[in-house]
Amino acid sequence: MHYHTPASFEEAVRIAASAGGVTRFLAGGTDVLVQLRAGAVTPDDLIDLKHIPGVHDIAATPQGGWRIGVAVSGAELGEHAALKRDWPGVVEAMELVGSTQVQGRATLTGNLCNGSPAADSVPALVAAGARVAVTGPQGSREMAVEQVPTGPGKTALGPGDLITAITLPPRGAGGGDAYQRFIPRTEMDIAVVGCAVNLTLEGDVITQARVALGAVAPTVMLVPEAAEAIISTTLDSDALEALVKVARSAARPISDKRGTAEFRTDIAGVLARRVAELAYARAKGRAK
Amino acid sequence: MAKDEMNPAFKLIGTRVLRPDGLDKVTGRARYGADFAAPGMLFGAAVRSPHAHARIKRIDATRALALDGVKAVVTRADFPTGLTGEDWNLQENCMAGDVALYDGHAVAAVAATSALLAQDAAKLIEVEYEPLPHVTDVDDAIKPDAPAIRPGAADHSVPDGMPPNVVRYFEFGHGDLDAGFAEADIVRAQTYRTEATHQGYIEPQACVGQLGADGKGEMWVTTQGQWYVRWMCAAVLGLETAQLRVTPSEIGGGFGGKTTVFIEPLSLALSRKAGGKPVKLVMSRSDVLRATGPTASASMDVKIGMKADGTMTAGRAEFRMQGGAFPGSPLNEALECAFAAYKLPAVEHIGHEVLANRPKAAAYRAPGAPMAAFAVESLVDEIARELGLDPIAVRLKNAVREGDRSSYGPRYKSIGLVETLEAAKAHANYAAPLGPNQGRGVATGYWFNHNGDTSVSMAIAEDGTAQVSVGTPDIGGSRASLGLMVAETLGIPYEHVRVNVVETGALGINEPSHGSRATFASGKAAVIATEQAIAEMCRRAAAEWGIEPEAVDWVEGAAQPAGPNAGKFPPMKIAEIAGQMSSTGGPIAGHYEGLPEGVGASFGTHVVDVEVDPETGRTTILRYLVVQDAGRAIHPAYVEGQFQGGAAQGIGWALNEAYIYGEDGRLQNAGFLDYRIPVACDLPMIDTVIVEVPNPGHPYGVRGVGETGITPPLPAVANAIAAATGARLRRLPMNPPAVLAAIKAVRGG
Repeated sequence: MHYHTPASFEEAVRIAASAGGVTRFLAGGTDVLVQLRAGAVTPDDLIDLKHIPGVHDIAATPQGGWRIGVAVSGAELGEHAALKRDWPGVVEAMELVGSTQVQGRATLTGNLCNGSPAADSVPALVAAGARVAVTGPQGSREMAVEQVPTGPGKTALGPGDLITAITLPPRGAGGGDAYQRFIPRTEMDIAVVGCAVNLTLEGDVITQARVALGAVAPTVMLVPEAAEAIISTTLDSDALEALVKVARSAARPISDKRGTAEFRTDIAGVLARRVAELAYARAKGRAK
Repeated sequence: MAKDEMNPAFKLIGTRVLRPDGLDKVTGRARYGADFAAPGMLFGAAVRSPHAHARIKRIDATRALALDGVKAVVTRADFPTGLTGEDWNLQENCMAGDVALYDGHAVAAVAATSALLAQDAAKLIEVEYEPLPHVTDVDDAIKPDAPAIRPGAADHSVPDGMPPNVVRYFEFGHGDLDAGFAEADIVRAQTYRTEATHQGYIEPQACVGQLGADGKGEMWVTTQGQWYVRWMCAAVLGLETAQLRVTPSEIGGGFGGKTTVFIEPLSLALSRKAGGKPVKLVMSRSDVLRATGPTASASMDVKIGMKADGTMTAGRAEFRMQGGAFPGSPLNEALECAFAAYKLPAVEHIGHEVLANRPKAAAYRAPGAPMAAFAVESLVDEIARELGLDPIAVRLKNAVREGDRSSYGPRYKSIGLVETLEAAKAHANYAAPLGPNQGRGVATGYWFNHNGDTSVSMAIAEDGTAQVSVGTPDIGGSRASLGLMVAETLGIPYEHVRVNVVETGALGINEPSHGSRATFASGKAAVIATEQAIAEMCRRAAAEWGIEPEAVDWVEGAAQPAGPNAGKFPPMKIAEIAGQMSSTGGPIAGHYEGLPEGVGASFGTHVVDVEVDPETGRTTILRYLVVQDAGRAIHPAYVEGQFQGGAAQGIGWALNEAYIYGEDGRLQNAGFLDYRIPVACDLPMIDTVIVEVPNPGHPYGVRGVGETGITPPLPAVANAIAAATGARLRRLPMNPPAVLAAIKAVRGG
């Protein structure tokens, strides 16, 4: 096993492109190192991205959004007051990942690249309309977060491709986002269902919305029908009822040791309603 | 803290002194099973069956042995043949013979110069399997057409014509059952099921074993019972028992799971084959869950008759239990505890022990009693609810008292069930207001407690301090409680006593720290040994003073002339006597070997308030109260810790813990991510009330307290969920999907 500490993304791409065997990029390592210790993956090349300048930064973009480096930990997101004010749903989702110790290491980018349909931060990023900058042997490009995962443990990133940053759009006025997951315990668990809602209000009326569900399909899914169910409404009881129905019909879960398909479908509706209500309250300034 | 004032007769008993092992544990100095190392040590790894049931056609270690640094490979061929009974069961469980009997069953082991190399070598050992039909569920395993796991394993108790996996069958009871049920105003019968759960000790099994060609061996191991490790390893390997010396490490939890062997004989077998080099084996968490002993899973029919006023007239329990592919599930204990809290004129118990393709069950805190309580205490609650009776009132009406005949036969000596029920009723939690979707559950529980082979020695040091050597590893603060009892008896400060858990060469045999016996049995033995030393010190003082030893009293750490000689000489302090001992007759010590009589049983009553999310089925524990009879709490903080720990484990068992086997018979949740023990923030601070009905069989009134606490939580939580939702769950775990489905069933949606 070779351990590399490139000083730039370009160098990281070169190392990855010239590596013949199994390659893993290392940021927080909270998935990679666990897989390594469990014997699930034994990389030939381990490319540590933490020494690249800027990867630890949370920076405001000229447009008014945020650019989050690939090695920024969950704990650092949680301590960033301005980011938390703009995107409380994204920050709370990331903060649900793992324990306090894991929070000191785990990153948004790592959570995304792990490709889990149950990743907590991913539905929140998708609902927020976050995008990723990708650098690879074919050059640089941008992608919407929802385009990254393609199946359990799989992503649209090709060999040698790596994410260089995640950007969140400008929050704008009247916005609110939220994420909740269902787990049997209170912490230290994998989402049985996760749901994120991001919406914008004019007065009491929802003008824009994005709804994402986790752990109910092979990938985190953006559910446009769910957004449509609440756009142009004041999130009244009819709108909520419609949202619940749409969320349940969009869910395509499997039964496994963490929950049955029936249960997950049920909970997708319950969470969609609860999370929409929280996002709405945040947009109205009634909740943090 | 009020407790400290309750026993004015004592100076130390009942105080919350620091535990002697505390500093080492919080600073990381304490040495656990995996911390031991010896010069030239090799590292072992086991090869485990990926099949639930498979014939082993061939094992080829050629490629593993070809690796530089691989020193030995062992298979069953390296173990003696001809074992019978439990010896054979242990051997077969530690290393599969012709057939792998469960997912995770060891089939070979390898020793190499590093742990990584051993793991790589294990992957190179080729095992050819012929998969066989398997069964993992207790109700499936008892079907007549179930795959026969071990034909011929049934003992003489099993009547002809029983299904092939029934290996033990028994009935017991007393009274006229039909008359009892006829006398009742209401008779209800239900079936309940509990899943197998693991003790969840934080420290995986770990040992270093060394065995030479001369048959002399050493072992350093995390265990609840070093003498058990010794006899079991000796039996499995065909050694002379006394030639093996076993030293226990500090222990990171056991809860019954470390009273037997799994990897220990493998390390010795590897060592012997590797020319006597010590071999370290440490289990992974996955190995712990797949291959050590969880408790049994149970399927239980219970029938109870009750009069309208709450008087119970008859009870019947028919239990089926699987404890893996071997006999040894805690079926007897379960049935004996089932109705132990109730004075019943007629009672019948029937037990079927069933084999299944799962790991061999080990003890788990009050083995069998939690399952039985789940069935009986749930049904008592169901009937009380139907009759509109208060759950504590019903239990008080039928509660056993001193002198009553127990459901399993013997008459009770001093017991404190009524006292725990009264204390629960009087506690603020029992009157706390409940909100929407909240409910309260009550249940009682029982454990016999145990004495067992006990050897203790104590000795006075040159400066008048004292050492105590005990054979019961400290799994719950027993060094502190033993130190308190010895210091109290000697009349010296607690800090002047050191309690050592010693290796097998230092004492006669001891049973493990199991059966809630360490503070009772080693404690009683230590007090008796201390009294011998005191008698000797009185003799030394009497000789010095030239008076009869009978005319000397021991008061507050000093010999003092009594009777006609009172006041004639100044008291002779322990330090003075000790300082002169080499010139007054040599070492001063005391010892005890025997089976301490006078075990006191412990009853407990739990009250839990839950809130159930009606949309998700998720249960939150709002309040939890444990009331239990400790006899006398030597160290109240550790008694409370036992109460709280038992409750926490029981809540986990009730809500989320379960072994999940796939259709392929493989364990799907061999890790703490998906084997969901409660995390700290899942539980409220668990309230405790220590009831003290002293046990007359112990010098300080001690009953065991370690096990009863896990018995009531399963039904208490089920009863609370029923109160909160109207939905009765008769099957564990009561996880969110199960609770939501039950709520939907009662609400018709």
